[in-house]
Amino acid sequence: MSKKVISRDVAERLSRLNLPFDAYGMDPYGISRAHLGLFFTFLEVFYKHYFRVRCFGIENVPKTGRAMLVSNHSGGIPTDGGMLLASLFFEGEQPRLAHGMVEKFAQTWPFVSHWFSRVGQLPGLPEHAIRLLQDDRILMVFPEGARGTGKLYKDRYQLVRFGSGFMRIALQTKSPIIPTAFIGGEEALPSIYHAKTLAKIVGAPYWPVPPYLVPMPLPLPCEVHYGEPLYFEGTGNEADHVIEGYVEQVKLAISRQIKYGCALHGQRRAGLSYEKLGERP
Amino acid sequence: MKVLITGITGAHARMVAERLLGRGYEVIGIDRRTWTDPPEGIRVYKADVRKRPAADVFRSERPDVVIHMATITHFSGSREERLRINLQGTRIVFEHCHEHGVKHAIFVGRHTIYGAAPDAPLYRTEDEPPLAVTTFPELADLVAADLHAATALWRWPTLKTAVLRLVYTLGPLRRGTLANFLGGPRVPRILGFDPLFQMMHDEDAADALIACIESRISGVFNVAGPPPVPLSVLCRGTHRKSFEIPEAIFPYISGRFGLPHLPPGAVAHIKYPIVVDATAFQAATGFKHRFDSHSVMTSFRGD
Repeated sequence: MSKKVISRDVAERLSRLNLPFDAYGMDPYGISRAHLGLFFTFLEVFYKHYFRVRCFGIENVPKTGRAMLVSNHSGGIPTDGGMLLASLFFEGEQPRLAHGMVEKFAQTWPFVSHWFSRVGQLPGLPEHAIRLLQDDRILMVFPEGARGTGKLYKDRYQLVRFGSGFMRIALQTKSPIIPTAFIGGEEALPSIYHAKTLAKIVGAPYWPVPPYLVPMPLPLPCEVHYGEPLYFEGTGNEADHVIEGYVEQVKLAISRQIKYGCALHGQRRAGLSYEKLGERP
Repeated sequence: MKVLITGITGAHARMVAERLLGRGYEVIGIDRRTWTDPPEGIRVYKADVRKRPAADVFRSERPDVVIHMATITHFSGSREERLRINLQGTRIVFEHCHEHGVKHAIFVGRHTIYGAAPDAPLYRTEDEPPLAVTTFPELADLVAADLHAATALWRWPTLKTAVLRLVYTLGPLRRGTLANFLGGPRVPRILGFDPLFQMMHDEDAADALIACIESRISGVFNVAGPPPVPLSVLCRGTHRKSFEIPEAIFPYISGRFGLPHLPPGAVAHIKYPIVVDATAFQAATGFKHRFDSHSVMTSFRGD
């Protein structure tokens, strides 16, 4: 059944995906080729038609080898994660699967945890991040965590506090960091309030409430911007103030991408061309 | 070289014994149960490892290597019995090893001691704490036995001690925890969950123990075969009918409708994966599994 549903583009790219699938179509992390096919067919609808995502700087993502995508987090529900996954799969010459670090509470949800694990989105543990990078995979990190997706509309595109664990892991595994910005998520789902009781009932850190009450993103255009890779030297055992300095550099690089992306996003929403924005950051 | 196997009449222990014999080892065994017709060259002493006659076997036979396989699971013994056999038995066997000049002692444990939990890493290394002591109380005695065996590493440094944590074994023997779980008319699954299961062929497990003896390794090691497969694939591959049950009603129908009875702690083991990283063992011994997942499952089916 699943073969009939999977789109031709997804099937072709899936056949070129560089993962060690066994005879059962499983890789050692429990990723399933069949599940990936359905997952990317589903994402394709949102990526190409619903959010009409445009991707910039995909050439900054390596075709092989390890890398850590570090992005802003926004949008009430993590649509940005899904769109980044789709952009890496659909846009590059070589399709790649990024591994997200999923909030631990989602692991207890039936079906959700099962699907996350079959499409390579593992619980957010340092052990997973290190192992995946050492296996030359792409890791997708949102150092703002739930603080980021939980931002209200009034705080849109303002980066909140970054965790620093990602930087120690990048240093330890000698992985380049690709500063990434996702633009449009905060307008697609503009949270104006957090329903705390509802969040408590479902075991989530917050429950976003938009002006139209149902937490469903609107079909507004979005963009993904991949910046040039940042390389940091170290072992991961540096003092906190050194790590925080590196984290600030990453945050600054992402802020630049966001600033550039927001200007471009404004032009796109106004129906203007992209020509007059000058050099990319 | 003389090898003593405790719990030698168990199906896996017999396989190890026969393979050791075939490689020229002198093999003796201790068990409470009887092995009616052991192959020529294997001497079996009917004794309880915790009792005096077992001590006399150590004293008179002076084995070079001891493989301690006399442990049981909740499928085959009460809580009190498991504590006596698994923990007290392990303590006494290792004391005999120390007192009677054994050079290499091997404890054959299980990977399930790591426990299944939603926030546990997918691949467990030997450094991971054994969560099963809280998530699955029926495994507490095996966790204690495993940790107690490992104390020999610092208590008696001259006794080479290897604590092996083997993944589920599956194959033509049709014995063991996973075989029991798959053995009933229906295999229970929790609706909405499909954890990875890691298993190795019975023969690969026996070969891993022999590789441990021949490499004379000491330390704590995970032992695994091919990469893990989801429980749904395992059911399909072994031609078992699976039955998905919402977690809320699982306790009420466990043990009925052709489903095996599972203690409450076991539910986590069919919701979340327990997968181990066995690279340290492979590096130390050069062990490589011969059977892939497909061969393991078809050999269990027996067709």
